[in-house]
Amino acid sequence: MGRITLDKVTKSFGDVNVIPPLDLTIEDGEFVVFVGPSGCGKSTLLRLIAGLEDVSSGQIRIDGNDATELPPAKRGLAMVFQSYALYPHMSVRKNIAFPLKMAKMDQAEIDKRVNKAAEVLNLASYIDRRPGQLSGGQRQRVAIGRAIVREPSAFLFDEPLSNLDAALRVGMRLEISELHERLKTTMIYVTHDQVEAMTMADKIVVLNAGNIEQVGSPLDLYREPRNLFVAGFIGSPKMNFIEGAEAAKHDAATIGIRPEHLDASATEGTWTGKVGVSEHLGSDTFLHVHDTGLAETITVRVNGEFGLRHGDTVYLTPQADKIHRFDAAGLRIA
Amino acid sequence: MARSVTKQQKALNTAIAWTIGLLIFFPILWTILTSFKSEGQAIADPPIFLFFDWTLENYAVVQERSNYTNFLWNSIIISVGSTVLGLIVAIPAAWSMAFTPSKRTKDILMWMLSTKMLPAVGVLYPIYIGATKMGLMDSHIALVLVIMLINLPIIIWMLYTYFREIPGEILEAARMDGASLKEEIIYILTPMAIPGIASTMLLNIILAWNEAFWTINLTVTKAAPLTAFIASYSSPEGLFYAKLSAASTMAIAPILIMGWFSQKQLVRGLTFGAVK
Amino acid sequence: MATQHSRSAARIMMAPAVTLLLGWMLVPLTATLYLSFRDYRPMRGGDLGFAGFENYTRFIGSSSFWPSIVTTLIIVGGVLAITIVFGVLLALLLDRPMWGQGVVRIMVIAPFFVMPTVSALVWKNMFMDPTNGLLSHLWRFFGAEPVVWMSEQSLLSIIIIVSWQWLPFATLILLTAIQSLDGEQLEASEMDGAPVLARFWYIILPHLSRAITIVLLIQTIFLLSIFAEIFVTTGGAFGTKTLTYLIFQRIIESQAVGLGSAGGVYAIILANIVAIFLMRIVGKNLD
Repeated sequence: MGRITLDKVTKSFGDVNVIPPLDLTIEDGEFVVFVGPSGCGKSTLLRLIAGLEDVSSGQIRIDGNDATELPPAKRGLAMVFQSYALYPHMSVRKNIAFPLKMAKMDQAEIDKRVNKAAEVLNLASYIDRRPGQLSGGQRQRVAIGRAIVREPSAFLFDEPLSNLDAALRVGMRLEISELHERLKTTMIYVTHDQVEAMTMADKIVVLNAGNIEQVGSPLDLYREPRNLFVAGFIGSPKMNFIEGAEAAKHDAATIGIRPEHLDASATEGTWTGKVGVSEHLGSDTFLHVHDTGLAETITVRVNGEFGLRHGDTVYLTPQADKIHRFDAAGLRIA
Repeated sequence: MARSVTKQQKALNTAIAWTIGLLIFFPILWTILTSFKSEGQAIADPPIFLFFDWTLENYAVVQERSNYTNFLWNSIIISVGSTVLGLIVAIPAAWSMAFTPSKRTKDILMWMLSTKMLPAVGVLYPIYIGATKMGLMDSHIALVLVIMLINLPIIIWMLYTYFREIPGEILEAARMDGASLKEEIIYILTPMAIPGIASTMLLNIILAWNEAFWTINLTVTKAAPLTAFIASYSSPEGLFYAKLSAASTMAIAPILIMGWFSQKQLVRGLTFGAVK
Repeated sequence: MATQHSRSAARIMMAPAVTLLLGWMLVPLTATLYLSFRDYRPMRGGDLGFAGFENYTRFIGSSSFWPSIVTTLIIVGGVLAITIVFGVLLALLLDRPMWGQGVVRIMVIAPFFVMPTVSALVWKNMFMDPTNGLLSHLWRFFGAEPVVWMSEQSLLSIIIIVSWQWLPFATLILLTAIQSLDGEQLEASEMDGAPVLARFWYIILPHLSRAITIVLLIQTIFLLSIFAEIFVTTGGAFGTKTLTYLIFQRIIESQAVGLGSAGGVYAIILANIVAIFLMRIVGKNLD
């Protein structure tokens, strides 16, 4: 079981209020991602759940029991740290066995569990090495191994992939997702990378300055961002925002249209502009269009290749049902 | 800089560096060699480098005449004693500053450093008379205390810089893994801190061993360590080169060996972590 | 990251160190300050009453004061110049690829571990002795008249001895600093067409400037209070009486404690001027 409830939780460091009163429920077995720009309080929130920080007020419940005052070890949670935090003087085996040893488990059971974790995570070949002799990806696996042997009610991940190179990151992303499929344990995952959030999460919690901007499934957030912040944060490339007269036509203060929801043409369309930089990815082309009179740059995603060059005139047409409308306060107009 | 260097270039570097290195090392080498000569050969003109009649006689004489082992024993007691005592006081302080820093930690560290800047001669008399009045003149206790105090800032600073390198996330991981404070200290912190503590200890034994202001001024004979023993050679005995060399060699050999092991820590320790 | 309960524990852990150092600083310092305002002569009746600033003016007014300041400055300045110039050169040399680098390093560092009394005596007797010293053999070999080092070149002798002891320290720190220089920076400057000398002047030296400053300040603090080297060589004779040595003589040899203590206060002030600069640099590094 791993149902975690935050009830009016706040956190301040001295006079600085990092987390204003915040409510959140994480269901058992869910993969929840906290995402937001750096300094938004997502790591603090995770550490409050872990018990590594004391809450200033409010209550944290795990499976219905009040865990607010419990020390980290008593909460039945396991954490994978950004730096992996492996014990440098212990072998991989001892690292993984450490939480079990602390739980005074008997040696036969420890061996059994460590071996099983080693098998699941494919780290049997370097189980007697020290962390210093491992690559980043291997260390990451050991850190996960140390977390899973405890069979916790929930896993906490603090930006676990940020120290890996791009290729490895994609691989580990899949592995963590698969692990979740297999274990069906609650996972809370903190990242600043919205791609990680979109690809891994059952539920995304978008945080900004300690506030929850929106909670929902990746596609909910993509389709119906509650406000300008979420609209701009989720999706890549970023949503285009247009203000002024064009927005007024749609009875809104701001309208947003995603690059993939704009059709580009060399001959005709609603808006015109000049092609700036084109980024050719092969499968897609991203056009950065200037001089539209709408916004400084409008980004357009075109499928496959696109013939226009720098300085050519381009015509853009938004897909009418994909226009997002926001009021003067930045909130979505339904 | 993976740059290949020509053989000639490297040979030239090697030749220059070895020449200079030997030149700098020469006084030590010469002292060691002379300690194995007879007094006659020690002052021979032209000097004899290697082809003399090697003898251990000087070592025997030095030991016999001056009770060298006594001074050696005093040096060991004073340097090890002051270092161990210093560590006992410094470890908790450095520990708490590194792991639970407060707004004042920096000020406290700077203030501790400032006490190291106090010139010994400025407080010579109060310490001198204090030791005399308390009957601690020429005693181990006075020297252990004084040398512990003059090196305490260095010990705390070195430990602090080592402890600070133990990442906080590791300690948090241990807590998540269910380690109690005691277990955290036994299984995680101590093994990670031991290399730092060991090198701090090494460097401070060296500094204490070589301390030559207080050891000369606060001892007569009973508690005098090797620094003071050698100083007593400044008049007539100094003219017996072979014996002076034997005494000197015995005084510096242990520390020379320890020193070579602590080169890296030396930089960090003596610059208060400002150069690593 | 700290939770509440660890705060008070931290204070308890700090207490012994703070108390000891506070006592070590305040008690003797207060005593020295007190004595410096007393006419205190243990051999001639002890405390002869309040002396006002007389000790201070008499200490400065004595014929040995200014020579001792000049001597101190010459020794400190000479040793600093030698150790830093040769330290930089030696560090540059040791950073180059060569065979047996480790052994050379060990040889260069060794003098630092020799206790001051040993190095002073070995130099004085076995090298600088006018009849049997190795240097006089060398002089005679070239047909020159041997130098009577300790009396005729007394300051130079002490500068040589102390430089020999401190050169390893400067070299080791500067070498550590050079090794931390980013190789790509040098390659970039090479691409920019900077010749060897310009690379040294514009890249390496500025990179070393911080380490040089640290060496300068730390050595100054230690050099201001060199004692054993003078004690066992000239005993303060032949113009080698530094401020430290003068105070030592006043207090221990002539037992003019009040006067010597006033000198001690001057020494403390002098050391503190240097210390302030050092602390600034070290402090910046703390954040």
